[in-house]
Parts: sequence; structure tokens; C-alpha cells
Amino acid sequence: MSHLLEVNDLEVKFGLRQGDLTAINGISFNLDKGERMGLVGESGAGKSVTGFAVINLISKPGFISGGRVMFNGIDLASLSEEAMREIRGNQLSMIFQDPMMTLNPVLTIGTQMVETLLAHRSITRAKAAAIALEKLKKVQIPSPEKRLAQYPHEFSGGMRQRIVIAIALITDPEIIIADEPTTALDVTIQAEIMDLLQQLCESEDTGLILITHDLGVVSQVTEKIAVMYAGKIVESGLTERVVNDPKHPYTQGLIKALPGSLQPGARLNQIPGMMPTLTDIPPGCAFNPRCPLCEAICRNQEPPFIPVDHMTRMVACHMVTPDPSNGTK
Amino acid sequence: MTTDTSTQMENGRNGLLELKQVVKHFDISGGLLDRLRFENGKLSQQRTTVKAVNNVSFTIAPGETFSVVGESGCGKSTLARTTLGIYPPNSGEIRYRGERIDNKSAQQMLPFRRKMQMIFQDPYASLNPRKTVTQTLEEPVVFHNPSISANQVKDRVAEVMLQVGVDPKWAARYPHEFSGGQRQRISIARALMVDPEFIVADEPVSALDVSIQAQILNLLMDAQAQRGLTYMFITHDLSVVEHISTRVAVMYLGTLCELSSAGTLFKSPRHPYTQALLSAIPKLGRKKSGHIRLKGEVPTPIDLPSGCVFHGRCIHANPRCIEEVPEARSVENEAIVACHAVEEGRL
Repeated sequence: MSHLLEVNDLEVKFGLRQGDLTAINGISFNLDKGERMGLVGESGAGKSVTGFAVINLISKPGFISGGRVMFNGIDLASLSEEAMREIRGNQLSMIFQDPMMTLNPVLTIGTQMVETLLAHRSITRAKAAAIALEKLKKVQIPSPEKRLAQYPHEFSGGMRQRIVIAIALITDPEIIIADEPTTALDVTIQAEIMDLLQQLCESEDTGLILITHDLGVVSQVTEKIAVMYAGKIVESGLTERVVNDPKHPYTQGLIKALPGSLQPGARLNQIPGMMPTLTDIPPGCAFNPRCPLCEAICRNQEPPFIPVDHMTRMVACHMVTPDPSNGTK
Repeated sequence: MTTDTSTQMENGRNGLLELKQVVKHFDISGGLLDRLRFENGKLSQQRTTVKAVNNVSFTIAPGETFSVVGESGCGKSTLARTTLGIYPPNSGEIRYRGERIDNKSAQQMLPFRRKMQMIFQDPYASLNPRKTVTQTLEEPVVFHNPSISANQVKDRVAEVMLQVGVDPKWAARYPHEFSGGQRQRISIARALMVDPEFIVADEPVSALDVSIQAQILNLLMDAQAQRGLTYMFITHDLSVVEHISTRVAVMYLGTLCELSSAGTLFKSPRHPYTQALLSAIPKLGRKKSGHIRLKGEVPTPIDLPSGCVFHGRCIHANPRCIEEVPEARSVENEAIVACHAVEEGRL
């Protein structure tokens, strides 16, 4: 069975003077129509690079050095820039963290919305403007007719992110990749934007790849989750299962480090050390120097990404047995 | 009002730090030409002020972790800086161990500066990139104890570095050689160098990843236990607040809306804004958010709404809320709430 999006063994390298630096390595996941997936990890884990690689937007000195991104049966990595532009922003849209950087400050939001549409559809300006208005209504912007003629600085941060979402939705994409869409926003605004995004994805049957460091947000919005560490996916599966019963020691550590799960005032469960830089990834399992379960094999051999838990998830850890009845040793 | 003034006085007697009706406004009207307005055929001057902190009063008890929460622009950082005397307040009183510090000269403030230290949010910006760790850590000690010997300073640097978990053999390195978490440890070390009693931490873990955040919070809690520190913790991360705080103050648009013990606040928030804020926290494993939706957006602090600053977004607002500023009143569980609806028993 083929999926809407199939990422297979994706590898991205950055060509540096000292040699090629592997940013992500062996990334595999898939997404079906209307499915929502969270891509979580700490800064530098390769979440954003993965998102950019999917829409073939890795800029020099970076390049996709291996693997495939199959979208509707087409390998995106093999497409010419021109052919890719037909898909990017049309069937595959992206939402970035900072709406002030995404929007052009010298164009009205109406112009920006219409231009996006005209770049992908051969319709009249008037028709495009009508669609823009309709999308602004969908993202619940008050008095949209008036707002279309305004510039980005006239909107608040939350409103700007709504506009960015409206622009991402304007071509009725099949998948939206949202890279930390609410990180720059306050918690009450974040809740509204996440609600809106989830509700729109549900009503339009749009797939969503949500890139974030916030496990709380992911567990509310997504069905699937992939946890990244040092350029690799270390655990993936159904969000509910992974969050409630993490198998990989890193996922376990990450969830246990959150203050919410403990008695107030208790010592937090910290993961010792920090994530290695990409130039300095230890041999074997990249997590081994910080792992409480580390054994000799972890220092020598890279763990395979294997199915566990009745085939419902994948984990890359020597200490997790593939046998579904055992779990962590 | 009588009841709550008396409880505040009560607390004031054994409080470490006391704020009384503190107001901080910033004049942003600019030069003369920017201030001129032409109205009804007349030329007039107009001043524009950002009303960042308005009539905030509270007392911080020794040894407690007092958190101030609120969304961006609510004045929590301004409040932190005003408390330490970085910004002079426009009116109101700040007392440290009963002594007024808001009207002191820089020279008179010196002994207090030693006792009150600050940790900033961004360890990339708050450490001087051209100073080694040793230089950064030595400076406050030598400044406050000019007679101290070089060897004593060196020992002190090594001791504090060990305590915050930075290897003393890295003392000759520059900030860019450290990761974000390590840098925040160095900022904490700098604050601890002069043996302070009171530390204001402005978003100390917001720039850090979850696994590093836990390390830094543990470090702050350990330092508190070892040295009996008092913290004023400014943050927007409510799960961190719930974990570390003794008491929590919730701010909205420069005003204190609720102040109570962390347990009470998170279990039974009374102010409608606190309720909305707490309901918006994304919780692990909770599927449907079901948060309280607020009407509209935060108004600008240049043009504060009349009456209760929250009335425009509050579902419980009535005509009284539009006209009359609610006073902070004590309710059950020693909580203080500034809300007409709570006072009238409507909420």
C-alpha cells in the first residue's frame, strides 16, 4: 500500500571545508491523507532540516545525499527546481515559526494571498481575491474585507500567524509542514492557533507534519509522533502510546524531565550531559554517553530501527527487545 | 480593603522584600516635534506613556520562590527590573528588610546590590563575549570586596564553578566555547559569587531545551536549599512555575490579578484571566484541549482600558467592571484576587 508521503532513508549532508557533515541520517516515515504527525526533538536534532528536505528546500552548502521522498508516487528529490515549484506551496505548504519574517512587510496581506494563488492557478485576480477572502474567514479573522488591505505590521502576532495559515491553506494543499508554528506566541494564543490548525486540517482532510520541541502540543494535536535525536529518529509510533509508555531511554528521559509529572518541588529527572554536536557524534548509539541503560554493545554498534510493541512502533535501541511482550529489559 | 491591608502589613513585618503600590511608566513620546499635535486649530503637546506596571503590591517572604507569570507585555520583566532598582519606579515604595531602597543613590544602593542579584534569560547576551569565565566571575567579587586577596578570589571562583557544575579547568575559556546550558550555569555562578540573599531570575530556562532545562532548574533548587536563597522567578512557562514556586503572582497588562500559593492557584484559580491562562497549558497525554477562549486581544499598555483592565476580554464582565478598578482582596486560602465578580460572589 502506498502512502501520500513516503520518506525513505533520507539523508542530508552539509558540504563544509573539513568534509561533509551529516545533518540527518536514515530518516523514514510516512503520512496518509489527513494524518497528523509530530516531529519532536531538541535544538539541533535535525527536525527542521527534515522538514526542509521533504519540500526539497535545503539550501547550499546542504544537499540531499541519499534516500527518497515520494509524494503521490513522485520522487521529490529528483525533480527539477521548476517542477518542484509546481508542488511546493501548492500541494505541500509550509508554515514557519516567526510570522513577521514570513510575511512581506511592504505588501498588503491581500496582495500576498492573491500572488500565492496566481502563482499556482490560472484564474483571474478577482477570483483569487474572493478565495483569499474566504480563507481569511476560515482562519477567523474579524472583518476580513477590511483586513485584506492592511499590512503585516497592523496585525498582532497571533493574527499574523492566522494569516500565514490562511496563505498555507489557500491552494488547498494535501500536506502542511508547520515548523514551530506557535513557539513565538503566548500560551493562550498558542492554544487558539493549535486548535485552529487542527480543526482546519480535520475539515479539509489535510495532512500535517508538526515540527516542535513541545511534547505537550504534539500530544494534543497529532496522531503519530517521531522523536529525533542527533539527526536520527529514535522512536516513532502512535502519539498516545509513545507519550504514555515511551520505550527509548531518550524519549523516557525527555518525558520524565518535564516538570508536570512530578510532585511540586521535587528534584527533576534530568538527562545528564547534552546532545552531541553533529561533528562529534559518538560511535555506536548516539545517545550512549547520556543513557542510563548503556552497555558495551551501545558503544560499538549502531542500534537498528526495529518494530516493537506489536508492530505499532519503531525504536532504535539495543536495550529494547523486539519481542512485544517484554518491552524494556 | 481593611482585611487585606492588615494581612499585607502582617506579612510586611517578616517579609524580605516588600512592594507597595509600585508604578512604572515609560515615556515614549520622543522629541518635541514628535510630541506636537494639531487639534481643533490649536497646537498642543502630547505625551505618550507605556503603563508597564500599575499599583503592584506584594511581599516576598525569606526563603520562598515567588513567581510572577503572565503573557508577553504584561510587565513582568519591568516589575523584576524595578524591584532591583534597575528602573526607578514612578511612585510607590520598595523595601528590603524593612528599609526603603527605591529612593537610594547608587552609592547607598551598593550594600543592597550585593544581596540582590539577577539572572537573565539569554545567556548568549548576558555574558560579555570578550571576557573569560574567570574575568566574568571575578568582577563582582572584587567590586564588592576591594580588599580581598587574589588567592581568595581564585578559590571562590573555583568553588562556585564546582557548585554550578562547570569544571574549574575551563575558567580561562570564553563564553562562545560553551553551550547554552553551560552558559546559563556561568550566569548563575556570577550571581552566586557575591553570596546574595535574593535572586531575581528573569526567564532563566526559557531559552533552553527540555533536558537542559531540568538540569538548570535542579541547580537553582539545590542552590536555594544550600544557601537559603529567596527567588523571584519571572516566567511564562506555567508547568515550571507549578513545580518550583511557593507562591505565584499572575499579571495582566501591568496589573496584579491574582496572588496565592502555587498549590491553591493551580488547583482552584479564581480570577477569570488565571483560569483562561491555566486552561491553555498543553498537557502531555491530554487529547482535546478544551481551553477557555478569551475574546479579542490584549489591549495596548499605552491606552489602558477603564475599570478592570481585563474587562474587554472577560465573559463575566458587567458595567461595574468597566467603570471601577477592582481592588486586590483576600479570599479563602490566603489568596488575593482583584476581581469584582469574585468579590460579589458571581464567580
